[in-house]
This record gives sequence, structure tokens and C-alpha cells, in this order.
Amino acid sequence: MQTKISVSKAATAEAISEIKVAVKNLSVYYGKFRALAEINIAVQSNQITAIIGPSGCGKSTLLRSFNRMNDLTPNARMEGEIILDGENINASGVDVVDVRRRVGMVFQRPNPFPKSIYDNVAFGPRLYGIRRKNDLDEIVEKSLQQAALWDEVKDKLHQSGFSLSGGQQQRLCIARALAVEPEVILMDEPASALDPISTLRIEELMHDLVKDYTIIIVTHNMQQAARVSDSTAMMMIDEHRAGRLVEFNETQVIFTNPKDKRTEDYVTGRFG
Amino acid sequence: MKNISISKRNTWQERLNRFTRHGDIPWSLLIGAMAILTLVVVIAIAWMLWTQSADARAKIGWDFFRPTLDATWNPAKDIYQAWPFIYGTLITSLVAIVLAVPISLGIAVFLAELCPERLRLPLNWMIEMLAAIPSVVYGLWGIFVFLPAVVTPVGEFLSHLSVLPGFTGTLFTGPISEDGTSRLAAGLILTIMVIPTITAISRDVLLAIPNSQREAAMGLGSTRWEMIWQVLLPYGLSGILGAVILGLGRALGETMAVTMVMGNANEATGSLLKAGYTMASLLALQFKEAVTPLHTEAMIELGFTLFAITLILNLFARFLVWQVARRTPQEARA
Repeated sequence: MQTKISVSKAATAEAISEIKVAVKNLSVYYGKFRALAEINIAVQSNQITAIIGPSGCGKSTLLRSFNRMNDLTPNARMEGEIILDGENINASGVDVVDVRRRVGMVFQRPNPFPKSIYDNVAFGPRLYGIRRKNDLDEIVEKSLQQAALWDEVKDKLHQSGFSLSGGQQQRLCIARALAVEPEVILMDEPASALDPISTLRIEELMHDLVKDYTIIIVTHNMQQAARVSDSTAMMMIDEHRAGRLVEFNETQVIFTNPKDKRTEDYVTGRFG
Repeated sequence: MKNISISKRNTWQERLNRFTRHGDIPWSLLIGAMAILTLVVVIAIAWMLWTQSADARAKIGWDFFRPTLDATWNPAKDIYQAWPFIYGTLITSLVAIVLAVPISLGIAVFLAELCPERLRLPLNWMIEMLAAIPSVVYGLWGIFVFLPAVVTPVGEFLSHLSVLPGFTGTLFTGPISEDGTSRLAAGLILTIMVIPTITAISRDVLLAIPNSQREAAMGLGSTRWEMIWQVLLPYGLSGILGAVILGLGRALGETMAVTMVMGNANEATGSLLKAGYTMASLLALQFKEAVTPLHTEAMIELGFTLFAITLILNLFARFLVWQVARRTPQEARA
């Protein structure tokens, strides 16, 4: 919602109409087991889209499809299309490295590299061949500022990333993802390992970031989904233990007037 | 304040009973004693070597260690200079480590990161079997297969290198003997012998790195190659250094295989292509045939030297590991 307030009316109309990522008939298999079945979602540009649902319903699998991270799992296979700006990233000839540059990811537990704060943020840019110190300095500062971490670490950029608190480490990981200037940021329960204050800071940060990025977040925390997201996808497993989309709509609708009984039961805490 | 002890009497049986009841104290005493035992053994060996070589140290003095390759080790004349053997040990171990580290790391990375599931088990078995082969078998195989098939041709090739600028030193002065026995042969056999040690530990170090590190690297658009080089190897560096230390320890002390392929002659040259001794091989060959008391003592002093070099190199390597581990956080230590 915040995005709509912060931008002009013309831009708003454009932002609403623009679909950043469209998932069409996506199924994911692990060997013979179908983990995700026929998912269809349209993720709007410059919005936060939340994926919710009970444990084991394939939320993370779906999220990891957006940057082809499932490729790393042995035996994983994907069917269907994921259209990022009109291009199917699920096609066979696509450069996965390029996809992952455009679609960044933040994980459940903070996972900084055992390098300095500076080197953590500069890792991605260096991969893409940026070597000049001035350029790197600029990217590191900008990314840390975007991740609301700069003021806390600007005097100790060369200390280990592990010297930071859990919440700071997670913001460092966000800065690291931002440094390669992705278009979409995937967040896999980014605050589930953090205390409430750190969680709040991450949520505020997401509100700031969504002006420039498209964010897709998996969360177990219903209040969090309600607080931060513009759209929500509700998922659940079917009788074959495959994850299916139950309902996809504006967050307000999902939480106040869900069309599906199962969504209503879940968001009101009757199960899950 | 109430006394919570059940009995007010304090007979020695009750005290003993309290002492042994949970087993904690006897147990910690037992394992403490075992730990101290290792220390006692190391000190006892060092002390024995030191005191038993007192006469040799007094009579030979620092001349024993004079770094000259045309040194003499002549029991008939009671002249003992140890440098060629120290050199032999160091140069063969150096060859082994320089060659074995990249090969072992390559194998370890393959086994941990790239290996198809079907190949993994048989390959791991083979690596572990390599480590289990007795060194005398390596020596025998070396003499009859490896030396004529590999070392002699490689040695001949290297001896031609000395015409190139930069290779004019004595290291590759040939020709290599026909049967291939040389320091090079010892170095190459040692290479094969330390590869399983370094490989197995490096592989375990790599496997112990949490998946979140791999995902972080891949999520930023690394290729697999970049992930291995820029994330996994730096992450596991201290553990990999530890693996190299263990390999180095094996190379320094290895006796049988080296004795069998090294030619055992003192030719007053530092060339890799010539025969030589290591400290260990000289001790193995001469100890039973000591001709004078001073000969025995000189050899004990040589044993002490080998002990000291191994200890110093190990301490230095430990220091390196510690330096690296200090720079990486707790969680990063494998």
C-alpha cells in the first residue's frame, strides 16, 4: 500500500498494470514426487507479494523457482513457465547466472560469508567484473545505505560480517543482494530467526525497498504478511501432498474477505 | 541454612561413596591421566634422544649441522655431518607437498561438490584404500613399476631443462640413473602417499561447510567454479591447512618406501635427479650396523634433529591455522 501513496497517480496506474513476473502452470517435481502443482500467479511490479500457507506446502519451493535455485537440488525438475519481463526464465537456453543476477535472494537464516562487511557487499559486483576501488566503494556505501545498515557499520567495514548481530547480519545479506542491482528480491522467511525489533527493522526496510524493487516474501507469520504485503498467495497441499495455490488476491481481500473457506480458516488461525 | 547432606557422619566410606557415586570425578581423572600420558611420551622421547646424544653433541658440535652438500658421514673416521640427510628430508617432502596439494584439493573438490552420486562411493573407497596400503608395498611397486615407467622419463626430461634460462641451478642436474632411484623418485612416491591423507580431510572439510554458503554464492549469480574458489575454499582454508600439515607430517617421517627408491648414496649434489638419503632412511639403514659408539650417538642426534624439525614445522603450521582461524568466525571453522 505504501508504494501507492508514495508515487504520483500516473506512476501508480502504470505500476498497478505492470506485471513483473508471471507464473504460468508451474509444477515442480523432486524425482517422481510432485511438490508443486499448476501454480498461476502474477506478481506486480514494485509491490510486495507474500506467499503464505502451512508448513510443507511448497512456499519455499515456489520462491526458489523464481531464480532457478531448485536447479541446485538433485532430481528437481520444473514444468510450466515463469515469465520475467516477457521472457520465460524456465526455458532451456536461459543463462541461469543472468537470472540470478536479476532476481536476488535473501535466506531464512543470515548467511554472510566469512569475509569483511565490505567484501560481503562487494562480492557480487566483483563477480561481474567491477574491480576499480572507487566504483566498489560507491556500490558498497549505496547498498549498505539502502539496507539501512550504513550508519551502524561505516566505521568498521573491514571487520568480519560475523561480528554483527543477527538482525544486522540479515541486513548485510540484504545489502549484499542489493549490490548487484537486482530487479526482483526473493525473501525466504527473512525475519523468522530474528528478534521482534530486528524483524520490525526488516519490515520497514522492505517498505523502503519496494519503491525500487519488486519483492516476493515467504512468511509463516500471518501478521507480517498482513502488515507488509500488497498481494498474498495462499497455498496448501492437496490429497497427493502436492502444493497448490488456494487463492491469490490483494492482501486486504485475503485477510478480510477471502473467497476460499480454507484461506479463511488459515488466516483466522483455525488451523496451520 | 540447612545442611542438605543426608548423613551427619563423615566416615571415609561415605566420603568415598560420595566421591565415586556419579562417576564424574574418577572419570575426569582417568581421561586427564590419558591426556597427560601423551605429553609424557613426547617429553620422554625428546629427553631420551637428547641425553643419549650428549657425547656426539660435545664432540661434533655445530659442525654436525653445517649446511654443505659435500658433507662427510664417515663412521670409519668418525666424521659426521648431517646436512645431506636434512636436505634430503626437506626436499623430498617439499616436492611431495607442492605436487600433492593441488592434486588432492582437486580430488576433494570433485568428491565433495561435483561428483555424480554413482561415482562417489567407489571413489571414496579408493582414496581410503590408497591410505591403507603399507609403505613397503609402495616401495616395491615403485621399484618395479613406477620408477622405470614414470620417474626415469620425467627425470630425463627435467635434466634437459637445465639448458633453459632459470633452470641453470643444480636442482635438475642430470642425468638420472637408469633405474630411476633418486630424490625425485622419493618425492613422487611421497606425493602419492600423502594424497589420500590431504584429500580425505579436505573433502570432509568441504562437506562440513553449511549449504547456506553455497546458496548465498549461487543466489548472487556465481558460477559453480566461482562458488568453489571464492566461497568454499576460503571458508575451509584453516581445515585444509590442517590437512596439509598431516600430509607433511607423513612425508617427513616416511621411511620404508623412501629408503627403497632413493638410491641411498651421498653424491655431494643437491640435484633432485641424483640419489640421496633422508634422515629417516639413513637411520633405518645404518642403525643396526653402527661401528663406533660415536656413530650410534650421531645417529641418535640425527633422530633428535628429525624430531625437532617435525615439531617445529608442525608448530609453525599450527600457527598458520590459528592465524587463519582467527580471521574467520567460530561458525566458519570446519
